[in-house]
Amino acid sequence: MNRYESLEGRIDAVVIGASAGGIEALTQLLPQLPASSKLTVLVVLHVPRDRPSLLVDIFRPRCRLHVAESQDKDPIQPGTVYFAPPDYHLMVDIGPQIALSADELVNFSRPSIDVLFESAADLYQRRVLGIVLSGGNHDGAAGLQAIVRAGGLAVVQSPDQAAVDIMPRAAIAAGSVDYVLPLDQIAELLAAL
Amino acid sequence: MSASELQDFDIELQLLIDAIYLKYHYDFRGYAQASLRRRMRAALLRFNCSSLSQLQDRVLREPAMLTAMMDFLTVQVSDMFRDPAYYQALRRHVVPMLRTYPSLKIWIAGCSTGEEAYSMAILLREEGLLDRTLIYATDINGQALQKAEAGIYDLDRIAGFTENHRRSGGSSSLSDYYMAAYGRAVFDKSLRRNIVFSDHSLATDSVFAEVQLVSCRNVLIYFNRSLQDRAIGLFRDALCRKGFLGIGAKESLRFSDHSNDFVDVDREYRLYQKKDRAGDGL
Ligand SMILES: C[S@@+](CC[C@H](N)C(=O)[O-])C[C@H]1O[C@@H](n2cnc3c(N)ncnc32)[C@H](O)[C@@H]1O
Repeated sequence: MNRYESLEGRIDAVVIGASAGGIEALTQLLPQLPASSKLTVLVVLHVPRDRPSLLVDIFRPRCRLHVAESQDKDPIQPGTVYFAPPDYHLMVDIGPQIALSADELVNFSRPSIDVLFESAADLYQRRVLGIVLSGGNHDGAAGLQAIVRAGGLAVVQSPDQAAVDIMPRAAIAAGSVDYVLPLDQIAELLAAL
Repeated sequence: MSASELQDFDIELQLLIDAIYLKYHYDFRGYAQASLRRRMRAALLRFNCSSLSQLQDRVLREPAMLTAMMDFLTVQVSDMFRDPAYYQALRRHVVPMLRTYPSLKIWIAGCSTGEEAYSMAILLREEGLLDRTLIYATDINGQALQKAEAGIYDLDRIAGFTENHRRSGGSSSLSDYYMAAYGRAVFDKSLRRNIVFSDHSLATDSVFAEVQLVSCRNVLIYFNRSLQDRAIGLFRDALCRKGFLGIGAKESLRFSDHSNDFVDVDREYRLYQKKDRAGDGL
């Protein structure tokens, strides 16, 4: 019996933000998503801006969902995990489709978690769930509140359990969130959606 | 924003864009929505307005506001030799063809503050082609064009430019092309002799010259598909037979009605060549 059963069918998209310690957290989380999941999962992980990212190669063999690096204007598919490419902001736009942008750095980052979360709050409104994972800066805190204001759900990795707790703590300090959970429970929650 | 706040915001955004078009003939109607929303939220904060209607009122009545708003409506982010591998691909696939022409015209569309145009000029100088080339560098942001014309950049950006240039396969040293003074790097006037900076909109203007190469990078990303099609149509019409088109690392011709008019030259670095309709095997 899954304690998050009441959330079933409520969410279309999950947006995830991670920085330092994020690969490990994502490695525990993303492979848990069942092949039958209809979720669209969009991930911003802070990566170096000046070289190609290996995230798709790392996660594709480990995940049961399809894993894609995002291309501008790609139609957004359910049952797919999208990673932000290095040096571009990842957004979701009316379509729904992927929108990349080369706008200024936000929170010293490109891609920025806030940018993804704010666009997801606009597009999916109540039907988005945002997750802030391990990291050493404040990116994601404002974006998570944008999701809360749009009526979506906000989840933060338990700071005690995060490899680097600054980002989860900042997300909690920025306003109310729905769940503060260790990774295994976030995985359980995602499986229930 | 709640659903109803967002609805109001989008209505006012559309009205603002229409007002700017009607009054000033700048056409942002075909721009990608998510990015525009984000930049208009930033503009509200910057100009201390509580709604886009209020901002619209000011844009209509204070022409100076339009100039200020251009930096929110467009994105002025650029670098010299941005994506060094793109310039390597140009050297490899395009330069050999360019050599076969006695005189060359190149169009940098959406040149922002000039970094891409100077990069192209330096590459051509290194390849011995600059003297026979005219580079048209166009944009809609007048202030950006002025900076481009001046060719002056903050010295703290030079280390990044130098590294990019080196990785682009540059045979010279970037320091050959600028003088450092008072925290600024002033680029060599001789590069600019072959560049014409001018105002041109991919949304409303037409083709102005026949060119052998179009480089339009990180501009299409801000357009919706139909405006992308308009721009790509312009590039096709401006290009000579077998001319080349280069676009941004995350852009693609895939979704364009005109994709059949081009063949891939370098898929990874987004270089295309206009098909030869005469049909000599391309
Ligand atoms: C992100 S910058 C790209 C600069 C440069 N090409 C590069 O890749 O570094 C985008 C530029 O496109 C310009 N732009 C936006 N809309 C345009 C239009 N309709 N016609 C021409 N240029 C436009 C903007 O003013 C801005 O300078």
